Amino acid sequence: MSENTFNLDGSPVPFEPGQTVLQAALAADRYIPHLCYHPEFKPHGSCKVCTVKVGGRTAASCTFPAQAGLIIESNTEEMNALRRTLVQMLFAEGNHFCPSCEKSGNCLLQALGYDLGVTTAGFRHMFPDRPVDASHPDLWIDFNRCILCELCVRASCEVDGKCVFALSGRGITKNLVVNSPSGLLGDTDISPDDKAAHVCPVGAILPKRVGFAVPIGERRFDLSPISAQALADAPRSQTPAQPCSSCEGSE
Amino acid sequence: MAKLRVATTSLAGCFGCHMSLLDIDERLFELLKHIEFDRTPLTDIKHCGPCDIGLIEGGICNAENVEVLREFRRNCKILVAVGACAVTGGLPAQRNHLDLGACLTEVYLTEPGLAHGGIPNDPELPLPLDKVHPLHEVVKVDYFLPGCPPPADAFWQFLTDLVAGRTPELGHGLIKYD
Amino acid sequence: MQPSDTLDTILPLRPRRPESLLQVLRDIQEIHNHIPAGIDLAVADALDVPLARVRGVIGFYSFLSSEPQGRYRLLFSDNITDRMLGNQDLLQTLCGKLWLEPGKLSEDGLVSVDTTSCTGMCDQGPAMLANGRAITRLSHHRINEIAELVRSQTPVADWPVEFFRVDDQIRQSGPLLDCGPMAGEALEAALDRSPDGVIEQLNLSGLRGRGGAGFPTGRKWAACKEASADTRYVVCNADEGEPGTFKDRVLLTRHADLLFEGMTVCGLTVGAKLGFLYLRGEYRYLLEPLQQLLDKRRQAGLLGVNIRGQAGADFDIVIHLGAGAYVCGEESALIESLEGKRGIPRNRPPFPVTHGYLQKPTVVNNVETFCAAALVTLHGGDWFKGHGTAQSTGSKLLSVSGDCARPGIYEYPFGITVRQVLTDCGAANTLAVQVGGPSGTCIGPHEFDRRLCFEDLATAGAFMIFDDTRDMFEVAHNFTDFFAHESCGFCTPCRVGTSMLKGIMAKVAAGHGTRHELDEVEQLDKVLQQSAHCGLGHTACNPTLDMLKRFRPAFERRLKSLNFQPDFDLDGALARARAMTGRDDAGAHLRTEEA
Repeated sequence: MSENTFNLDGSPVPFEPGQTVLQAALAADRYIPHLCYHPEFKPHGSCKVCTVKVGGRTAASCTFPAQAGLIIESNTEEMNALRRTLVQMLFAEGNHFCPSCEKSGNCLLQALGYDLGVTTAGFRHMFPDRPVDASHPDLWIDFNRCILCELCVRASCEVDGKCVFALSGRGITKNLVVNSPSGLLGDTDISPDDKAAHVCPVGAILPKRVGFAVPIGERRFDLSPISAQALADAPRSQTPAQPCSSCEGSE
Repeated sequence: MAKLRVATTSLAGCFGCHMSLLDIDERLFELLKHIEFDRTPLTDIKHCGPCDIGLIEGGICNAENVEVLREFRRNCKILVAVGACAVTGGLPAQRNHLDLGACLTEVYLTEPGLAHGGIPNDPELPLPLDKVHPLHEVVKVDYFLPGCPPPADAFWQFLTDLVAGRTPELGHGLIKYD
Repeated sequence: MQPSDTLDTILPLRPRRPESLLQVLRDIQEIHNHIPAGIDLAVADALDVPLARVRGVIGFYSFLSSEPQGRYRLLFSDNITDRMLGNQDLLQTLCGKLWLEPGKLSEDGLVSVDTTSCTGMCDQGPAMLANGRAITRLSHHRINEIAELVRSQTPVADWPVEFFRVDDQIRQSGPLLDCGPMAGEALEAALDRSPDGVIEQLNLSGLRGRGGAGFPTGRKWAACKEASADTRYVVCNADEGEPGTFKDRVLLTRHADLLFEGMTVCGLTVGAKLGFLYLRGEYRYLLEPLQQLLDKRRQAGLLGVNIRGQAGADFDIVIHLGAGAYVCGEESALIESLEGKRGIPRNRPPFPVTHGYLQKPTVVNNVETFCAAALVTLHGGDWFKGHGTAQSTGSKLLSVSGDCARPGIYEYPFGITVRQVLTDCGAANTLAVQVGGPSGTCIGPHEFDRRLCFEDLATAGAFMIFDDTRDMFEVAHNFTDFFAHESCGFCTPCRVGTSMLKGIMAKVAAGHGTRHELDEVEQLDKVLQQSAHCGLGHTACNPTLDMLKRFRPAFERRLKSLNFQPDFDLDGALARARAMTGRDDAGAHLRTEEA
C-alpha cells in the first residue's frame, strides 16, 4: 500500500493530509453512510451514522483523521446494524410524520432509513411536545422534525456570518434556539438566500409556499437510493469556511 | 401444503392500506392459492380465530383498538404492523401533544357551530386513550410494513416472501414512509 | 438589587470577553436566583456573543435558570448513597411541610424543592444545596428546622452554622494527606531543578493522572511545554462530579496550598503564565477560602510576578466556577466551559496539550495529580515510586461511602485489595462495591481480592459499598437516571440512548418489564459503547452492563415471563376520557396485563 492510502472494506483509498476518513472516501467515490456531515462545513461528528471500524475500534469517520495504513470496515452487517439503530433513535426522538411532511422524498433521514432497511423506529416513540415557528414571511421551522445535526447552526455561523441558530438544553431536552429576543425566526436577520435556509437535511427549516411541488415518484429519493446519489451530492473539496470565533459553531 | 390463514383489520386507520392490498389486482388470485382469510373486512368474520398471519392497519387510539389488537396477538403466529399509522401512530398520533380533555372539550363543547350536546358517554362507544400509540408499544410485533399506504407491490413482495418462508426484503422503492 | 443595576455591579469585575459568559451568568443567578428576562440581551451585548448562545448556555447548566426558582432553592443530592440514607422520604416530608410539589415553584414564589446530582457529601449525607450552600446530615429533625426557616423567611446566610458543617473525615492518611503546610518548598525545588529537571523527576516517579484515565503526567507536561505557541495554560480539574467521589473536596479544604503549589510548579515548568482552577458549582462554599489563600500566596511572593524573586517566573491562578454539569469533568468539555460555552466534549485529536484553552497548549490535571506532582518536585521521583505498584506508583485517595461503619477518606498505596479497604472501613455482609463511581465498575464478592490500580481496577477514587440488604437493580436504576440527566446531548447515541435506558429501567421498576427490555438494554449498551462521542456516553451503559453481568437476577426477577408489556398503564390511559365522559362501565376499563 502506497504512502497516502488507507484500506476501506478491502480496497485502497488515497487521501490528502488533513482529510478525514469520510472526506477521503467521498473524494475517492466511496460511499460511507452519513447524515450530519456536509462537505462545505467542518465536520463535527454528532449523528454518528458514519461510524466505522478502524483497526477493530469504532470511530466517526467524518472526524477521524485519515492516516496511512488504516484498516477500515464500513459496509459490514455490524456497522449497518449500528447505523440502523441510530436512525431508529432519531425517528423515535422527534415527531416524524412522513406522510404529511413536504420534505418527504427529499429527506436525508428518510432516505437513510430506506437504504438501511429501517421499517420501524422499534423503540418507544417519545412524541415530544415541540412548537412550529411560522413567524418569518418566507421561511418556517417545524421543530418536531429537527434532528439536532447543527448544520443550520454551522451554516449560519460559518457561511452567512449571522449566527441565527444555536443550541440550548442538554441531553434529551437539547433544542434548537433562534437568535432574537422573542426567540422567533421572523425577528432575526435570516434571509431566504442564506445557506442556513437551505441546508436542513430534514423538513425542519423550509421555504414557504413551495411545498409538494414535485409529484410522488419523481422526488429525489424516489428515483434512486441515497447511496447511489450521495457522491454526486455536493462539491467535494474546497477550503473550509472560516469559523466564527464567538459562536457554538467554532468547535 | 395447507393454505396459510390470514386475518386483517383496521384500527385507528383509514382503510387505505386495505385498498392498497387490493391494488395487487389480479395477483390476488395467485395469492389466494396460498392463503385463506379469517377475520377481515373482506369476509366480514367478526372475530379472529387461530391464524398464521395477522395484518393490522392503524394505530391504537381507544380501548376497542387494544382489545382487537390483543385478540390478533393471541391468535396470530406472525403479527404485522401495516402502514404508517400502525408503525408510527401516524396522523392520529399528531394529537399526542394535546391534552385529551382539551380535545374533547373543544370538539364537543366549545367549538362554534356544534349542537353542544355534551361529550358522548354511551357505553357502546370505545373510550379514547390519552395518547395514540403504534402497535409495537402495546404488543410484540413481528414485522413492519411501512408506507402511507405501503405500495401494492410492497404488499405483494412482503406476502409472497412470508408465504414462501423467506424473511421479507423490500428494497428500494418498496420501503416507503409516506 | 434591581435587575437593571445588576450588570453595572457584575461586569466591572470580569473581563469583557465571551469567555466570561458563564461566570457572569452565575453571578446574576446568585443575585436573582434566576436570569431575569432582558438581562440575557444585555449580557449578550456586553460580552459580544449572540443572544441565542447566551440562552444556550443558560439552558445547558443545571444551576442556571431563566425561570424564577424561588428565593429558596433547595436541591436534594440524589446519589444512590443519599437514597440509601433516606433522602426521598426527607424530600417528600419537606415538600409536605411547605405545601409544594417536587420540581415546582411554590405559588407565592418563595421556595422550590428538587433533586440534583451527587453533591460530594456521600460520607455525611443525606445532603442538599440551599441556594447553592451545601448542607449535610439531613434528618427529619433538620428538615423540620429548614421548613421553619423557610416559612419565617430567614436568609440562608443566617441559618445555623452547624447545618453547613462539612467534615474531612480522614480515616487513613499516607504521604499526601500527611504532608504539612506548603509555603513555597515545592516551588523552591522546582526553581532549583529547572523545567527539564521537574519533568525528569515526574517521568522517573511514574506519576499518572488521578482523574481515572492515568495518562503519565510527565509526558503531558512535556508535550505542552514543547508545543509551539506564544501562550500556554494550566487547568486544574476540580469538577469532582463522579457520584460517590469527594476526595478533591477534602484536598481543596485541607491541602489547597499543596494544590496551588503544584499548579504553579506546572506553570513554571511548561511556561504558562495563567492557571485556572475549575471548581464545581456544588463546592461554591469553598470559593472564598480558596481566594483568600490565593491572596495570601500572592502576598508571600508565591504567585504573581517574579515568584520567589526570580525574574520572569510569573504565574497566577483564577478560579472559575462550574454550574452543574457532570460532563464538564471531561477535560475538553471543561475547557469549553472555561471558555464560557456549553460543556460539549471536543473532537480529539487535537488534544488539549496542543490545542486547549483558546486553542493554546494546555495542561489539564486533576486536583490530586497536581498535589502529587508538587510532592514529586519536592521529594523526587525515587521517593514517590517507593509506594504503589510498578504501573501505578504512589498513593491514591479513596472516597469511601455506603454501607460501612467508617465512611470517609482513605489514602492507600496503589495495589491495595478491595477486601482490605472493606475491612478497614468496617463493611459487613458486602454484596457489591461500585469502584470509580457510576462510570466505573461494579464488582461482586468473588472479585474482592482484585487490586485498585491501573493494572487491575482503575479508579478515580469513588468506592461505594452495598451490603446484602440492597437491591442492585435500584443502584443501576439510579445511575442510569444520572447519565440521562447529565448527557450533554451532542451525539445521537448518548442523547437518545441514555434517555431510552432511563425509560426502560423505569418500566422494569414499575413491573412492566419483559424479555424484550432485556434485549433492548443489551442493544442500547452496545450502541453506546460503539458510537458515543465521549467517555460519558461510553460509560453510561456500565451500570446496566455490570448489573446484567454480575447481578442479573436483580433485573430478571423483576421481569414478567411475558414476551411484551406496554410501558404505560393502559387502564390509566383511559382515565382522562373516563373523567370527561363520567363513565365507569366495564367497557371503560382495560386490563393492563394480557390474560
